[in-house]
Amino acid sequence: MTTKLFGEPVRRREDARLIVGKGRYLDDIGHNALAAAFVRSPHAHARVVDIDVEGALDVEGLVAIYTYDDLTGPMAEPLPVLIPHPQLTAPRTGYSLAYEKVHHVGEPIVMVVATDRYIAEDAAERIVVTYEELPAVVGVDAAHEARHAVHDDVPDNVSARHHQETGDVEPALAASPHTLTFTQYIERSASMPMEGRGVHAHWDADDRSLRVYTATQASTSVRAAIAAKLELSLDKVEVIAPDVGGGFGVKIMHPWPEELLVPMAAMNLGADVKWSEDRREHFISSAHERQQKQEITVGFDDDGRLTALDVVVWHDNGAYTPYGIIIPIITATQLIGPYDIPVYRVRVDSVYTNTVIVTPYRGAGRPQACYAMERTMDRIADVLGLDRAVVRERNLIQSSQFPYDAHLTFQDGRPVVYDSGDYPGLMAKLKDLVGWSGAEELRDDATARGKLLGVGMAMYVEGTGPGPYEGGHVQVLGSGKVLVATGLTSQGQGHETSFAQIVASELGVPIEDVEVTTGDTRRFPYAVGTFASRAAVMSGNAIALAARGVREKALRIAADVLEASPDDLEIEDGVVQVKGVPGTSIPLRTVAVLSNPLRYAFDEAAKQATQFTSHDDSKPPVAPGDAPGLEHRDYYSPLRSTFASGAHAAVVEIDPATWEIDVVKYAVVHDCGNVVNPMIVEGQVHGGVAQGVGGALYERMAYDSDGQLQNASFMDFLMPYASEVPDVVIDHQQTPSPLNPLGIKGAGEAGVIPGTAAIASAIEDAVGRRITSMPISPTELYDLMRNPAAERTAASAGRAENGVLA
Amino acid sequence: MTASVDTERTITVTVNGVPREATVPVRRLLSDALRHDLGLTGTHVGCEHGVCGACTVLVDGDPVRSCLMLAVQVDGRAVTTVEGLARDDKRGGQLLHPVQEAFRECHALQCGFCTPGFLMTIAAGLDKRDPAAELTEEEVDDMVGGNLCRCTGYANIKKAVHHAAATMKERQ
Amino acid sequence: MKPAPFRYADPGTLDEALAVLSAEGAGAKVLAGGQSLLPLLSMRLAAPATLVDINRVPGLDSVEVTGDGVTVGALVRHNALLRDGAAARVQPLLARATANVAHPAIRNRGTTVGSIAHADPSGEMTSVLALTDGSVTVATPDGAETVGWRDLFVGPLETSLHGPAVVTSAHFSALPPRSGTAFAEVARRKGDYAVCGAGVVVTLDEDRRVAAVRASYVSVGLTPEVHDLTDAVVGKPVDGADWSAAGALARTLVDPDSDLHASADYRRLLVGVLTERTLASAAAEAAGRAA
Repeated sequence: MTTKLFGEPVRRREDARLIVGKGRYLDDIGHNALAAAFVRSPHAHARVVDIDVEGALDVEGLVAIYTYDDLTGPMAEPLPVLIPHPQLTAPRTGYSLAYEKVHHVGEPIVMVVATDRYIAEDAAERIVVTYEELPAVVGVDAAHEARHAVHDDVPDNVSARHHQETGDVEPALAASPHTLTFTQYIERSASMPMEGRGVHAHWDADDRSLRVYTATQASTSVRAAIAAKLELSLDKVEVIAPDVGGGFGVKIMHPWPEELLVPMAAMNLGADVKWSEDRREHFISSAHERQQKQEITVGFDDDGRLTALDVVVWHDNGAYTPYGIIIPIITATQLIGPYDIPVYRVRVDSVYTNTVIVTPYRGAGRPQACYAMERTMDRIADVLGLDRAVVRERNLIQSSQFPYDAHLTFQDGRPVVYDSGDYPGLMAKLKDLVGWSGAEELRDDATARGKLLGVGMAMYVEGTGPGPYEGGHVQVLGSGKVLVATGLTSQGQGHETSFAQIVASELGVPIEDVEVTTGDTRRFPYAVGTFASRAAVMSGNAIALAARGVREKALRIAADVLEASPDDLEIEDGVVQVKGVPGTSIPLRTVAVLSNPLRYAFDEAAKQATQFTSHDDSKPPVAPGDAPGLEHRDYYSPLRSTFASGAHAAVVEIDPATWEIDVVKYAVVHDCGNVVNPMIVEGQVHGGVAQGVGGALYERMAYDSDGQLQNASFMDFLMPYASEVPDVVIDHQQTPSPLNPLGIKGAGEAGVIPGTAAIASAIEDAVGRRITSMPISPTELYDLMRNPAAERTAASAGRAENGVLA
Repeated sequence: MTASVDTERTITVTVNGVPREATVPVRRLLSDALRHDLGLTGTHVGCEHGVCGACTVLVDGDPVRSCLMLAVQVDGRAVTTVEGLARDDKRGGQLLHPVQEAFRECHALQCGFCTPGFLMTIAAGLDKRDPAAELTEEEVDDMVGGNLCRCTGYANIKKAVHHAAATMKERQ
Repeated sequence: MKPAPFRYADPGTLDEALAVLSAEGAGAKVLAGGQSLLPLLSMRLAAPATLVDINRVPGLDSVEVTGDGVTVGALVRHNALLRDGAAARVQPLLARATANVAHPAIRNRGTTVGSIAHADPSGEMTSVLALTDGSVTVATPDGAETVGWRDLFVGPLETSLHGPAVVTSAHFSALPPRSGTAFAEVARRKGDYAVCGAGVVVTLDEDRRVAAVRASYVSVGLTPEVHDLTDAVVGKPVDGADWSAAGALARTLVDPDSDLHASADYRRLLVGVLTERTLASAAAEAAGRAA
């Protein structure tokens, strides 16, 4: 049994329950709860003229029906703008239940509560809503054109104009030896966790307190929202994220209407109420991300070194802006990637459309940013006839340049200063890993087999671990058990294991004795949430600090007992001992008992701490400034984000007869600083890559011009099965962060970021036609290949057009 | 004799070796009956249209989507869910199926929501094959290819199938 | 996503099933494997008043193989047909096409006959029924009748069967002598409904020259069709035939639609490619069998 577990591939502790069906997900709670179902708008944009519930009233088992008219006080007001920003000049949010108008298909209008979900749906089906349809705005181009407005009082459909610049871009472009301007698109996808959202509320009418379970990434903030909206004192609301079946960003958005309405109904009815989102609801009533149009102008010299970069982005924010302009800011600030760009200007127009809201999905604006920057690098290489890797290498920030101030303001309101990294190192490893220099031989081999082969690469820098803070609480019990709590939530990241590793290592206890609780406001009420690759950085460090506090106190108490200096003590396997003096020791559990002077003993261990056992009469039982108990609470609040980095490469083979695209190799080099658990980090990379491949080749939200989502099912929204995900090879680099005690950087989102860029590059390399819109499917590639106007790459000019349509 | 036409039925089904009785509306999906009428919440519901495979259970030994069967259709039949995959070790504990051990060992799960469906289809596949035979990629694809996972990217799931097969070969 | 209320019967005999169907009238629907019907119920895209579950009806779960062909009972699951070696010997298309039906857990429950009765032009087995010049046997209160595939398929998800009726079996003709078959499809994800699928039969004459070529496609057109491609390659020696000519001919014969996953033009492209590829493979098999 070792206690130095930091950095070890410790097998996950949460798995013990999850592999035997003993997980406790939202819908596993409360079999006898009343069930909620919703009447949702079938129209993308409409005035609600009338709601006739008459037909539903005789459904046996119906309990209640709620419309906007039943909402009172703060519940009748619009949902909050969670992250206000001065540039978000026209924020708009919906209501928990639609008030007068609906702005996207799926917006909730009526909540039905019944004895079970089947009956709730029966009743919902019988409610007749009369609409006056209004013209729908779908897609960034239509939004920008603004022939119709999504919100009457925002006639240009622009919610925000985000703008950052590091210098005077226009003269820099004018002075550049070469410039290029191009436009490209990226489509919508979505987090799409296997478990949808869900809420269970229990109201204790006598205690006037509310317990809410919700499948969220931010239980403390949901708690505050519920308290505010339902006018309850914060101490009367507890919110618990149970086992959550994946999040990927969609569950950081809050409060969802259902997170307020279900507790409201529970209070109103005096009964437990539950809502479990079904898959169709998830498609049309949660959140999507990714759609942008990007106009890029770049200046560069004969060697391919950038002189200036000017980017204009139209970002589709959907019908409302509850999550502010976080995604536009991330796109704007992460776009520069690992490159040293003398002058950079970015302008992002965030525009309304009559579609589901857009809030972070793993990567949160970074895949788009990476796509913009990396495709720019590919273009420069093509214009100059240079190797794509060489152009990148010439622009990389060098290791000597850290800390590197990008002169931009990040999503946390703090400066973008790259804390550490080794970008040339990433590139060198990537080229080795994917066999970059042997690409032409691979291509020849594929040609001989009648296939088109291409390779592509993409690099990224990811700001991770943004503040404001997270906290941790560590407590050693008299049993020797070590309880650890942090407020942020878990959705599969293995926090119960990695946080336990940190505590075991810091405190010197067996991991078996450590029990981690996350996302339960009863245990830790102060937290921000699990998003932006921040859990390990934020809670990991907070918990480490808390463990160090416990250790210090334990050594102090043990020093008294052992009559030694705390400096001479160490803790190993849960025993405090004098270094080098075996036998002079005291178990940590005994220290825990002694830390809490008792009057009453209730077991053998406690007797040691009661008042008639030996003690120092010269001091009060609890010294001034001290507190009973072997526990410590601490917080980690960083000055700014820490910047992880990585480089991916893809090798694709394309069948020139069917235009099927096969990713035959996918290489990842990643750097997230010190690693708590390499097995878990690799798992995050694997999962991210699968989502990256999905976003590049399979997944899109197919809205028609009326704002109807045409593929709102797993039949037609093509999330990859195992058969679609390539084998991934991974190499590691570790440049520790100087910003936090553990030297770690976030790893959760990295895998997904470069997928679209790298695969677009590889396809372009294979077919010799410019790829300007992603994702791309075989039918679209076929259209591109037979379009005589499609731009051919210079690199392909000398190549035989094997099988390519004339 | 005419068949009765009902809106509700009482069914008897052997679940994980134990005869269970439930009175259900005839429209109750098997997935809902297992979860909410019988309290076996290990079977998860991810799409309710038969694509994701999270709800996969064994009916008379064969993997099926429990969201694509009615509870009344398993009357008189045997259903195995993830809760029934491990065996009693006769010492008060559980003897995990090799695939369960392999999932933990190979980090084949993250959020764990899709996991029961994978475990059932893989366990059925492994249990039916000759453990001495070399496991082919085609067999692995058949066992994992019809289930969606959003977390793991599948690499470790496939690794776990190989790991479990190796264990079963050792233990045969 | 929960089914609307319905009534349910699971008759123990075919006569009982027909009696219930007659009594319940137009709102009654037969439930066999349910792998297509259940999603429609849960999405409330279908709301039959009564489901008549035929899974307890005896005698419908057998595959009968004779020299003339293969008769597949209404309760034969896809996986059972897939594994039926005798059926594959008489008509290899059955296993070849069935291997492309969804994923194993679906094939464990879904039935071949059910997918034919569902009349989905993106289903593999509707196309195979057509290509093998097959038919179904339908039990009605007035007795059993045989309906040829041409008369069966009326439109997408629509057959000519009305009133109380249970499709009790489907008959697929045997592969003729000196013939070979192949089946291939392109799907966005493995196991998805095909973007385009092709099944072909090549028959040679006694001199190993191409005598007949027929093809049927999946997800192309509103109902299954069989296209005679013989003219493109007739009389050519099996080793020297230009299968791309047959592919080119096929492209002119089909009338595919566009949807989310493929344009009509792309489907037409695939018809050509898959025809050429499957014919090469089917011809090799025919040559082997003719030897």
